[in-house]
Amino acid sequence: MSVSTTSRVVVTFPDRTRARTQRDRAARVSMALAFVVAVIPLAWILVTVTTQGAQLLFSSTWWVNSQRGINSTMVGGGARHAINGTLIQAGVTALIAVPIGVLTAVYLVEFGRGRLARAVSFMVDILTGVPSIVAALFVYAVWVGTFGFQRVGFAVCLALVLLMIPVVVRTTEEMLKLVPNELREASLALGVPRWTTIVRVVLPTALSGIVTGVLLGLARVMGETAPLLILGPYTKNLATDLFSGLMPTLPTMINQDRSELGQAAAVERMWATALTLIVLVLVLNLAGRLVARLGSVSR
Amino acid sequence: MTTSTPSMAARSAAAPAPAPPRTEQRSTGRLGDLIFAGAARGSGVLVIALVTLIGVFLVAQAIPALLKDQASFLTSREWTVAGDAPRFGIAELAWTTVSASIIAMAIAVPVGVAVALFITTYAPTWLRGPAATMIDMLAAVPSIVYGLWAVLSFRSVVRPVEDLIQQRLGGIPLFAPTGVSGGTIFFIGVVLSIMVLPIVTALSREVFAQTPTSHREAALALGATTWEMVRTAVLPFGRPGVISAAMLALGRALGETIAVTFIVSSLAPGTPWSWSLFNGGETFASRIANNAGEFDSAQKTGAFIAAGLVLFVLTFLVNAVARIVIQRRAAFSE
Repeated sequence: MSVSTTSRVVVTFPDRTRARTQRDRAARVSMALAFVVAVIPLAWILVTVTTQGAQLLFSSTWWVNSQRGINSTMVGGGARHAINGTLIQAGVTALIAVPIGVLTAVYLVEFGRGRLARAVSFMVDILTGVPSIVAALFVYAVWVGTFGFQRVGFAVCLALVLLMIPVVVRTTEEMLKLVPNELREASLALGVPRWTTIVRVVLPTALSGIVTGVLLGLARVMGETAPLLILGPYTKNLATDLFSGLMPTLPTMINQDRSELGQAAAVERMWATALTLIVLVLVLNLAGRLVARLGSVSR
Repeated sequence: MTTSTPSMAARSAAAPAPAPPRTEQRSTGRLGDLIFAGAARGSGVLVIALVTLIGVFLVAQAIPALLKDQASFLTSREWTVAGDAPRFGIAELAWTTVSASIIAMAIAVPVGVAVALFITTYAPTWLRGPAATMIDMLAAVPSIVYGLWAVLSFRSVVRPVEDLIQQRLGGIPLFAPTGVSGGTIFFIGVVLSIMVLPIVTALSREVFAQTPTSHREAALALGATTWEMVRTAVLPFGRPGVISAAMLALGRALGETIAVTFIVSSLAPGTPWSWSLFNGGETFASRIANNAGEFDSAQKTGAFIAAGLVLFVLTFLVNAVARIVIQRRAAFSE
């Protein structure tokens, strides 16, 4: 039945029998069913999080206050401290990870050849598969175990960088590969230096994909909790210093009440925090898609 | 890699490193080029260094604790890391982690591939974009939210299913009733399958969409039904991508931390061993995360780092094997 065999020209499908038609219909139905099954959890999660958490989000204190002085039996409080922490850490992580990731992708596509390139490509794959908790343990082993520093926000960023680099590299690499060689050749033939060709021709052409990659990476990084548990303990107070003291984040704020599932107030706060986190991630995602569409050179 | 290949070969999308044909590095000697190429190569080397360092540091800090371990690290189920005679082993962690991940793969791969086929082949054109976005959004939901939802909402739905399986198939050791009501291995697997499904779908979708139209049309022109076209043209073309997707998903499932930490019910020390999937038990990641507060001495931390090291090796192997499989396939399909 192989269609791709070139040596054997005669490839026939048997006449359209009832059985074949039915099999086709069964396949069609099960594919659609699989999609429905896959969407159910999404709808369920979004509806639950929204109905359970929305009320707090509209309270006057949520976006401006911290949790200072609020205990698990009290209703409400704010998430400002955690939102701050999450945004700061994600921003710093991106600042470090994006240049490294994009440059690595440029190396792989534009320069890389031979054993070094193969090794880099292999290691990026391995890094993709490194679980966040392992990245966190590694940074812990270096930051606390070897240098003896405290657990601070910047250590979290370092662990997140490890998780973000492979996402940026892979998406950027895929996009760079799609840039037609004619564009490079045309630019080089005009006497444009190679690095200018890459910066002015190749990267802009691939921009939409790179932005998507960065946003996917950011979304993954912002929702990541394991490094925070190991490296960034929670505090109820507002904190902006990455290099000293504890820094609260949205995931650790949810995790804080993990043992308080019996407390209605705590559970409501967990849902509200989850909703805040989802909203942040989704806004980022949508913004990215929009930027990608507007900034795309290739389309 | 040959440097003298004509550009035609280098241009093919599936080539591992399709670089424009030109001589390596010293092509121009312009300062900008040198700096830029150096920075690019430096980033690449940094990535290699990072992965190597992860291994080196984990090994270096795990060894002292492992040397003190009075129990067999690989086969013991105990976990006492404090004191002069620590006894800890990973048997239970490994069993829970691997079996839950296998359950997750058994659900996520078929469903994920089916969803990818639905999006690329079966869905009406107007639905394709939105459908893909919806599945991508599943990946955008942070894992801690999955944990929260799994504990507070999803658990009550899966519970009756578990009871039913235990009643009907309880004779098989794998499905033996255990009386654990919280997070069973089975439940962890189901939740993980939802979390990794978008990974399987996103990658599979990409490769399926790349199936040459000529292949599809050839199959249809020969009288194939849509399903036969999928089976003979789309699936064989996409197989390396699907394998790669499955391996990525497996890596994710093995290392997933916080959602599992929300769910797991840890077993009391001395609980008799059971092969049942409806037993409790902690995974590598949840054991480490649950005890992050205990990292106060080098010995204790070392024990957890040793567990993390095993997880690292496990995911390293999964990814390495996947890569080898894919490269062989790629060589064939050229």
